[in-house]
Amino acid sequence: MNRVLAERPLEGAASENDPALRASRARQRRGRWLAHGILLLGVLIFALPIWITLVGSSHDVNTIGRGEVPLWFGSHAIDNYIAAWERGGSAVRNTRAVPAGTMLWNSAVMATLIAAGKIAISILSAYAVVFFSFPGRMAFFWMIFITLMLPVEVRIIPTFQVVVDLNLTDSMAGLVIPVIASATATLLFRQFFLTIPDEYVEAAKIDGAGPLRFFWDVVLPLSRTNIAALFVILFIYGWNQYLWPLLIITDTSLETVVVGLSKMIGRGDAQNEWNAIMATAILALLPPVAVVILMQRWFVKGLTETEK
Amino acid sequence: MATLTLSGIRKSFGATTVLHGIDLDIAEGEMVVIVGASGCGKSTLLRITAGLETPTAGTVRIGGRDVTPLEPADRDIALVFQNYALYPHMTVFDNMAYGLKIRRMPREEIRRRVEEAATLLGIAPLLHRRPRELSGGQRQRVAMGRAIVREPKLFLFDEPLSNLDAKLRVQMRAEIRRLQRRLGVTSLFVTHDQVEAMTLGDRLVVMNQGRAAQVATPMEIFANPADTYVAGFIGSPTMNLLRATLAEGGGAATLAAGGSIPLDRPRPGPAGRALVVGIRPEHVTLGGSLPMAVELVEPLGSETVLHGTLPGGEAMTVRVQGPAPAHGGTLPVSLVEPLHIFDAETGRRL
Repeated sequence: MNRVLAERPLEGAASENDPALRASRARQRRGRWLAHGILLLGVLIFALPIWITLVGSSHDVNTIGRGEVPLWFGSHAIDNYIAAWERGGSAVRNTRAVPAGTMLWNSAVMATLIAAGKIAISILSAYAVVFFSFPGRMAFFWMIFITLMLPVEVRIIPTFQVVVDLNLTDSMAGLVIPVIASATATLLFRQFFLTIPDEYVEAAKIDGAGPLRFFWDVVLPLSRTNIAALFVILFIYGWNQYLWPLLIITDTSLETVVVGLSKMIGRGDAQNEWNAIMATAILALLPPVAVVILMQRWFVKGLTETEK
Repeated sequence: MATLTLSGIRKSFGATTVLHGIDLDIAEGEMVVIVGASGCGKSTLLRITAGLETPTAGTVRIGGRDVTPLEPADRDIALVFQNYALYPHMTVFDNMAYGLKIRRMPREEIRRRVEEAATLLGIAPLLHRRPRELSGGQRQRVAMGRAIVREPKLFLFDEPLSNLDAKLRVQMRAEIRRLQRRLGVTSLFVTHDQVEAMTLGDRLVVMNQGRAAQVATPMEIFANPADTYVAGFIGSPTMNLLRATLAEGGGAATLAAGGSIPLDRPRPGPAGRALVVGIRPEHVTLGGSLPMAVELVEPLGSETVLHGTLPGGEAMTVRVQGPAPAHGGTLPVSLVEPLHIFDAETGRRL
């Protein structure tokens, strides 16, 4: 805003020497400095912990062990990342260490399956609730809606029991399926579907498109931007799952990175391998960031070209 | 091409009845316009014909075949929507081709039909565009094109011109008429605009509160409106409707505003029977015994519309050729021919 005001050619205004003009320019300049100052402060607050982690991941284990907090890179970056990726640390004594490569793969598969599963289930249930009239339609909708009020922790014991009974512990299915049902996504899709004009449904009826055809050819393409936005949110939700994987997974080959990271800290008497932990933390950061950057291009594009 | 027959169509939503038994016969290639104020049930009637609503009672026949239980897609019809309902994510070509693709028509045939229709409508250069890149008039044409490529037995139009600006509306109106004549497809057109109705229809159905008040050609409706509703609805400015009573012998009417006027033929009934006398503003002649207090003068260039009141407070509109005559606030007028005489109780023409 300030930039625009400052750069606008002031046609017809008084000459460059006009005191009022100079005063208003000075005010605009001051305002810009203030705004940028606040923004920079914000960036610092957010970036500093990540900077410390990034720098810490490039030193040897003893530097941080001594209690130093280095602010510039050391010389062990490549060794640390290779060790973390391949073995989960360099110390031979840590028998529970899981390679970061395995954990990242597990997390990526889990988060992708959760996000895709949640979107698939919720878009279909929202489609049913909005476009079909069947007995108990609103009752079903409210049943879905009410589960929003129950956080995972409340239903974790019955869910655990069900998963154990189905023999799904220590499996990717057990990790993903119980968290797939999503009231939030169903609600969001429902609200979006309500904005789709009835005329599209009627035009499709006259064109002879059945319900699934209409869903595939019209509703799904129109939901693209919503799906992209939800995928970002749900992928990060899946990536950050902690309590459920902690409960259900004992097999280290299925360890996810968020749980694995916490297990790397404070194991017995051994010294924490902070360099490996920080390298793993940086690695754990990358996939969600990649998803955000990738999908952002998509849904900003979708938001700017309105299609209705 | 086919005939359309609606018989005894009724529709109720819960306790409210919106259609009270509509009968309508449309001949092959005919264009019938359903016109009425909003809420009169005209759109519901169209939607029942399309199969988007099911009638509470009655049957719909297209080309002699009873289609009442059939889905819209199986009725061989095309509907042009008020807001066009073009799929926003498809190109113009895909929008027009979608119904044909679902019918598994060969790709070549689809291409041929779409291109033919696009050429006919002058939208051939737009086929690769999305609806949002089109103007209102172009979208309207695409919506028409989507209907044409189907080569249906029946065209249905649901107020397709009401989202266009006035100039474009007149232009599209003429275009639709030309196109319909050229293709010779039986058509049902719904509108609330009486000018649109008069210019488009071979016949009109004037609807009032779920009933067909009159079904006739535009000129017949204009010349002989069946009741006071039709008389007031068709024609602009609207017909003057004045309270009156039947004089002894039935050969004259006594106006509530004062004075007596002879009738073209005697009307039945006892002396003092309550009547409504209708006269169109352009048929009122200047000079006479009825004093009209002029309240508003609307000069329209080639003609002038005068609004005023008669003694007793009844409103009166007069249309005269050329500029407004000089007047001193009161203008003497007289009602001669043609007069429309209605029964005051039932509103029916006598």
